[in-house]
Amino acid sequence: MARRAHVADPYQHSQLFKRRVITAALICVLLIAALLMRLAWLQIVEYAHFSDLSKNNRVRLMALPPNRGLIYDRNGVVLAENRPTFHLEVIPEQVEDMDATLAGLGEIVELSDQDIEQFRTELRSHRPFESISLRTRLSEEETAKLAVNRYRFPGVDVSARLSRYYPRGATAVHAIGYVGRISENDLDKIDTGNYRGTSTIGKTGLEQYYETELHGTVGQQNVEVNAEGRILRVIDKIPPVPGTNLVLSIDIELQKIAEDAMGDLAGAVIAMVPQTGEVLAFVSKPTYDPNLFVHGISVKDYTALQHGRDKPLFNRALYGQYPPGSTYKPFLALAGLENNVISEQEQVHCIGYYTLPTDQEHKYRDWKKEGHGATDMGKAIEESCDVYFYELSHRLGINRMHDFLQRFGFGDKTGIDLNGERSGLLPSREWKRSVHGKIWYPGETLIAGIGQGYMLTTPLQLATATSVLANKGKYVKPHLLKELRDADGQLVAVAAPMTSMLKLKQPERWDFIQKSMQRVLRGKWGTARATGWALKFEMAGKTGTAQVFGIAQDEEYDKETVAHKLRDHALFIGFAPLPDPRIAVAVIAEHGEHGSAVAPIARTIMNKYLLDLDPEPRHGK
Amino acid sequence: MASSYNFDKRLESRFVRLLGMAHLDPVLLFGLLLLIAAGLGILYSAGDGSMELLQRQGVRLSIAFLIMIVVAQIPPQTLYLWTPWVFAVGVLLLLGVLVAGDVGKGAQRWLNLYVVRFQPSEMMKLATPLMLAWYLCEKPLPPGFRSLLVSGVLVVVPTVMIAMQPDLGTALLVATAGFFVVFLAGLPWRVLIGTGLALLAFIPIMWQMMHDYQKQRVLTLLDPENDPLGAGYHIIQSKIAIGSGGLYGKGWLNGTQSQLDFLPERSTDFIFAVFAEEFGIMGAAVLLALYAFIILRGLYIADHAQDNFGRLLAGSLSLTFFVYLFVNVGMVSGILPVVGVPLPLVSYGGTSLVTLMAAFGMLMSINSHRRLLSK
Repeated sequence: MARRAHVADPYQHSQLFKRRVITAALICVLLIAALLMRLAWLQIVEYAHFSDLSKNNRVRLMALPPNRGLIYDRNGVVLAENRPTFHLEVIPEQVEDMDATLAGLGEIVELSDQDIEQFRTELRSHRPFESISLRTRLSEEETAKLAVNRYRFPGVDVSARLSRYYPRGATAVHAIGYVGRISENDLDKIDTGNYRGTSTIGKTGLEQYYETELHGTVGQQNVEVNAEGRILRVIDKIPPVPGTNLVLSIDIELQKIAEDAMGDLAGAVIAMVPQTGEVLAFVSKPTYDPNLFVHGISVKDYTALQHGRDKPLFNRALYGQYPPGSTYKPFLALAGLENNVISEQEQVHCIGYYTLPTDQEHKYRDWKKEGHGATDMGKAIEESCDVYFYELSHRLGINRMHDFLQRFGFGDKTGIDLNGERSGLLPSREWKRSVHGKIWYPGETLIAGIGQGYMLTTPLQLATATSVLANKGKYVKPHLLKELRDADGQLVAVAAPMTSMLKLKQPERWDFIQKSMQRVLRGKWGTARATGWALKFEMAGKTGTAQVFGIAQDEEYDKETVAHKLRDHALFIGFAPLPDPRIAVAVIAEHGEHGSAVAPIARTIMNKYLLDLDPEPRHGK
Repeated sequence: MASSYNFDKRLESRFVRLLGMAHLDPVLLFGLLLLIAAGLGILYSAGDGSMELLQRQGVRLSIAFLIMIVVAQIPPQTLYLWTPWVFAVGVLLLLGVLVAGDVGKGAQRWLNLYVVRFQPSEMMKLATPLMLAWYLCEKPLPPGFRSLLVSGVLVVVPTVMIAMQPDLGTALLVATAGFFVVFLAGLPWRVLIGTGLALLAFIPIMWQMMHDYQKQRVLTLLDPENDPLGAGYHIIQSKIAIGSGGLYGKGWLNGTQSQLDFLPERSTDFIFAVFAEEFGIMGAAVLLALYAFIILRGLYIADHAQDNFGRLLAGSLSLTFFVYLFVNVGMVSGILPVVGVPLPLVSYGGTSLVTLMAAFGMLMSINSHRRLLSK
């Protein structure tokens, strides 16, 4: 490298260096400009995008669940309310020694292995500052003990939440229903947006039917949160609209009387106001405690209810379908009169059995072996003469029976404000042909004539039809809801049930039927004369006995239970006081043997209602 | 009026003279003080108004300032004499770290000297450019092949040792500091471009040698949305902070990204994002201009230095300061991988502060001892 000077030339160096420094300075300025361009891209071009992201980061929408509407009886007695329940919650990040804390808590409150296992599972899936539920539904004693010992357990807290409570327990459970945890199935049916923050939903009964009204509308608030999700402040808020309160037509006192009157019998009782369709008592026995379901029922409890004797969960008033038996006879009598196949005065001679003109061999028996003798319509109803009604139904034929009885609502849902109602069964030739593919036999008409055979009715239908008799033709759709009131008690809506008129060719026939039914209780041979004795008001009624068909093949033979199961169902329908009835009742007791045995149940209800609860006629004369 | 103006002027010139006697460059000092004031202001916001954080940073700044003043008193000749020893000790300490270093934050960076925990790699940020300037200043410039080779060794040895700790950020800064000396000394462009291409070819091999977390950082830069809650979280949140700042920013203490803890490491490496969020692009432009002012002043000092040692050293230190800025802002705004380089003089933390202020001390020394020499 001979060209290069070996001695440094300061001037040359300085020139070279100057060029390099200027180059470097230029590069620096250019690169800083590049940074500025990058910032401009982020802060000006993409500003809207990042501004949104930033807002989404810090603002979180939180649901404010509405308070569920309360349920009252007709007199304002609370039947379903929201009560604070206490839950044990743990904030993991505030707990120093989780094992010691759990062990210590276990000494104060009852902690099952299941509780702890579930807690540990949730511990893994939650962020450390989120509180996790360890035990739900603490008893008052446990809550108090925890309050005293809380200083020992940092990070442990007792939280209060509102949950459904049914102060009357099992009373009227089949009408009111219950709420339970929202299930997968429920999620398909509801607007999930409106259920944010809500964990329960009406599962059965009115709780289910009026879910929309009871639930209310969810509110929301925008809250500012930090990166850990902690709420720092509320930005804006739309308060929730609480659910509407239900005022029921049920009188809980009467309901209780009716349930108690049933005793240990399985069955159903419906009491209603004939003129308005208001259901006063809606009984299905046995009952169960709806409070078990609110926080999720234990498997043990549920199995007990499902398979327990007489299946308490089964709503007999709504789903139970029974042969009406002789309670059917007053309706059939009217059918005969209106179709001019018989008159009030015409007598049928009862010799204890009946034979069809075409088949003298087969005897259709009366319940009274020796027969009722010469029997007109009034006597036939009073004494429940089967032979009279065999003759009557034979003259009528099944289709005319079907067409007339349909007008009382038999064979069709009443449309009460509950889900899953059954329609019963009112047979006809067409029905048998289409369902069974067989022709109708004349003998089957006779069996239908005493409310047996294919005939099926629900207790609710029977009560509704009885009300039509009491109302002299006015049909009112039964309903459990009387009024809707908002959270402040202001009236929102009043139930206006659908009504229709069943017009007879001769309206005085109503009075005749009512008088005949009065004889059931007052007549010398009235089937319920024991009940009618010493009545303080005039009452019309009809007993009924429905045969129970043979036991199923797979059931074990047990002398006592089979004997019980083979006993007939007992029915009674009635209304009082005459001449202007204010209450109609239908009672069905499974294996109650005879209608006369359950007539006192109806009397007890009427006594309570007419003499105590509603002593003055309110619906004019 | 006039007399008071004169009085002010006199006072001003007396103040400047006083600074000159203390070997402090008033222009550079003005820039640094302005930057530090802005830094403390944004640190107050990033630290959720914690006075404790501010106090600790204040103490560190005072110590760093003191060191700057002390270093400014050391004439370049003295620095020149010390240089080989400082470099040798630095390399030995790096060796010590690799053999017996404490593991801090998953990397062997600290050497426990029983009195202080000391980071030798930080020292090499100054020792390496010093050494190269020492070596090249007596050589004919532009440097010949042999000089370049020796310079290359002097840069590569500490760089590799630091990279092995592993501390990629510091290794990068040390390497660039050394490189800048060679560049300013007149590294031929063809050699520069040739080396650049060679390094490019070297990238796949480097990739093999990189630690998993380092690879992750590069991958994350390429696609931050790939891992939004893990490694990508920093970059995503930082970009949201900057972008949502917009033109004028959300205002001091009102940056939601930083005030609500969404932005991680906001008082240290990601403090620029806080600044950009709260003051917008206007504020960021002013801050960058302030940095540019300091860098250009440093380069001006380099250009006016008396000898090659001063020129090369001053130039390299100024450019290294720029690299700090560029890498940090580039990383925070998502165009460079997250390599753990602080925003110089603003990020919370002590070690880099001392090194940086010592470098500015050297710049001031080079500037102020010039006339003394020429006379």
